[in-house]
Amino acid sequence: MTPPSTSPNEETETAEAVPSKKITQRPFFQALIWLGVAGFVILLGWLLGDYRGGFYQLPLGGWVNTGVEWLIVNWAVFFDVIKDVTAAVLNNLEKFLLWLPWWSVLALIILLAWRLAGRRVAIFTGVAMYFIGMLGLWDLSMSTLALIATAVLISVVLGIPTGILCAYSDHVDAIERPILDAMQTMPAFVYLIPALMFFGIGKVPGVIATVIFALPPAVRLTNLGIRQVPVELVEAAHAFGSTSSQLLFKVQLPMALPSIMAGVNQTIMLSLSMVVLAAMIAAGGLGREVIMALGQVDVGRGFVAGTAIILIAMVLDRVTQSLGKVRRRAKAA
Amino acid sequence: MSEMEKPIVKISCQNLWKVFGRNPQHALNLIKDGMSKEEVLEQTGHVIAVRDISFDVTEGEIFVIMGLSGSGKSTLIRCINRLIKPTMGRIFIDGVDLSTMSGAKLRRTRRHKVCMVFQQFALFPHRSVVDNAAYGLEVQGVEKAQRKKRVLEALEMVGLKGWENSYPDELSGGMQQRVGLARALAVDPEVLLMDEPFGALDPLIRRQMQDEFINLMSVVHKTIVFITHDLNEALKLGERIAIMKDGQIVQIGSPEEIVSVPADEYVTEFVRDVPRSKVVSVRNIMREPELKLYRWQGPKVALHAMSEKNIRRAFIVDSWGRLSGVITLNEVARAIVRHVQRLDEVAREHALQIGPDQAIEEVIPLAASSDNPVAVVDEGGRLIGEVPRVALLLGMMGKENSNDTT
Repeated sequence: MTPPSTSPNEETETAEAVPSKKITQRPFFQALIWLGVAGFVILLGWLLGDYRGGFYQLPLGGWVNTGVEWLIVNWAVFFDVIKDVTAAVLNNLEKFLLWLPWWSVLALIILLAWRLAGRRVAIFTGVAMYFIGMLGLWDLSMSTLALIATAVLISVVLGIPTGILCAYSDHVDAIERPILDAMQTMPAFVYLIPALMFFGIGKVPGVIATVIFALPPAVRLTNLGIRQVPVELVEAAHAFGSTSSQLLFKVQLPMALPSIMAGVNQTIMLSLSMVVLAAMIAAGGLGREVIMALGQVDVGRGFVAGTAIILIAMVLDRVTQSLGKVRRRAKAA
Repeated sequence: MSEMEKPIVKISCQNLWKVFGRNPQHALNLIKDGMSKEEVLEQTGHVIAVRDISFDVTEGEIFVIMGLSGSGKSTLIRCINRLIKPTMGRIFIDGVDLSTMSGAKLRRTRRHKVCMVFQQFALFPHRSVVDNAAYGLEVQGVEKAQRKKRVLEALEMVGLKGWENSYPDELSGGMQQRVGLARALAVDPEVLLMDEPFGALDPLIRRQMQDEFINLMSVVHKTIVFITHDLNEALKLGERIAIMKDGQIVQIGSPEEIVSVPADEYVTEFVRDVPRSKVVSVRNIMREPELKLYRWQGPKVALHAMSEKNIRRAFIVDSWGRLSGVITLNEVARAIVRHVQRLDEVAREHALQIGPDQAIEEVIPLAASSDNPVAVVDEGGRLIGEVPRVALLLGMMGKENSNDTT
């Protein structure tokens, strides 16, 4: 009944089990067997080296070509809608940022940084953005910002609900995981070209390519954040009679917020890293500057554009990194 | 307590089973075919957490379920509000079957009737104390002003006034659990399920919380199912205690029954170190009063009766048998000299008295403070017995006169 009386029994059991273990079950012996098998396979390869039969060939490339052509013909309306909506958001945002005088935009950005991340980041933001203006890259930076903002907006709108779905269903998660892996590891050029075919040249395919690359962290960290909510809290929410939407909006999402915001931060950083690649299909902005400098072998011009990209990256990172923590600070007050 | 009216059954669990695993029904059949819990686990990987448990909890009762970790007590309490769906069996609250209840109905029951307090508090870290305590009402859809009023009341009840705007991580463990308690009380449920609520607290704080809990429950009157692994806690709080082992209830009884008449070796082992004086009630060691004198009787009658029985002290009662005082032989003698007519003119008003259901521990200081025997009176103030010193000592050693078991 009591713990002390049971433990001696266990000890005697294990003590008996050790000598009765056969030699074939020892780890050392098993490793030896596996090494032997591997050696045998190599030996076979050496002896029968002359036989080199071919693989069965899979014409995957051809299938994809056919599929893409079919999509372009039959789904044209669908892609046009995506294109028009994206273009509308992007162009209006860009127009707005360029329509306002630079000092007005700068003030707005500083204000935003101040509200979200505090005084120090606001000062840094002001200095960095003014510096970009001094480099003569203000207008191009605004185009880049508009492009990133559009891509991030789309990523968040698609990514967070998908992340929630993944957190709720292990099946969806299992399907989503390899797709996200593919989106992140597939070389960008591979989808840049079909993006061109679907959406034509210009900014929209740039945005779409950026979304493909930058979406995964938003999904992943939303999923993670919700799954990390302690079981007891979910249990408590149920115990008080929460509906599933009350559980989601009152408990799970607020608690996952820091994680979700980390995902958004990642999404922003990744989309910025696509700026130069997107410029290759005429997406404009700072990326175009880099590409043109490359073409002219103008090291200085390239460096200046690169510096502007870095500064924007740092500003966006500092401002958004604190998003998840804002609530904590509000609490203490 | 010994109330005449028939107690109302609030919660009733009938033949509850919970099996964890892929095919619980299969495991259940194996058990019914006589296989042991260990064999089922080994052969099928199914865990039998709750095994054919039945009990009733009456309205207003504090029912304690006690067991060590792994005994299935947490699973059992979660079956009551269906956080865990039992594999078999029924749960009734107010005669309504929860085991077959569907989504919306179940939610309504959880919102209004049954609330839970958790071992690790399970507070929402992103919500302030008020917002945590208001969660149940918020989920119900109570409007904001009313919600605030009720929550502030609940917070005051648990002694958290002034902490409304703090956050859980700024509070100590004891205070966090007060928030947990307030969250449940704010809803004003009829049933409170408490899953080792004080288990995560320091011993000192735990004792303090237990005392406050007892006081609180005497005010709010809830039906409570209380889980604990601490026998002292069980004995202190429980009106009845169920002892669980390996998913089964080994014994259900009052603290006194558990300590005096343990059902088997397991329970005996448990209660071995419990001081008897804490749980054995006065009822078990009291004796019939040797002599009752009535108020209107004269001192001469008293003298005669006392000398006949050879006793030096006697209790005085009124015509309804209610205790009204105590008198010694010397006082009687003096009364005769002074030609007093009635005993109530000379009797000392305040005799030492105690209720029959109090623990004998509580008699000790009374008995130590005077030579007089302690009177046992019922709720109506009627004298029903006395506790002489000898009986007290025997009782502490485990030799009761009525109920001699050891």
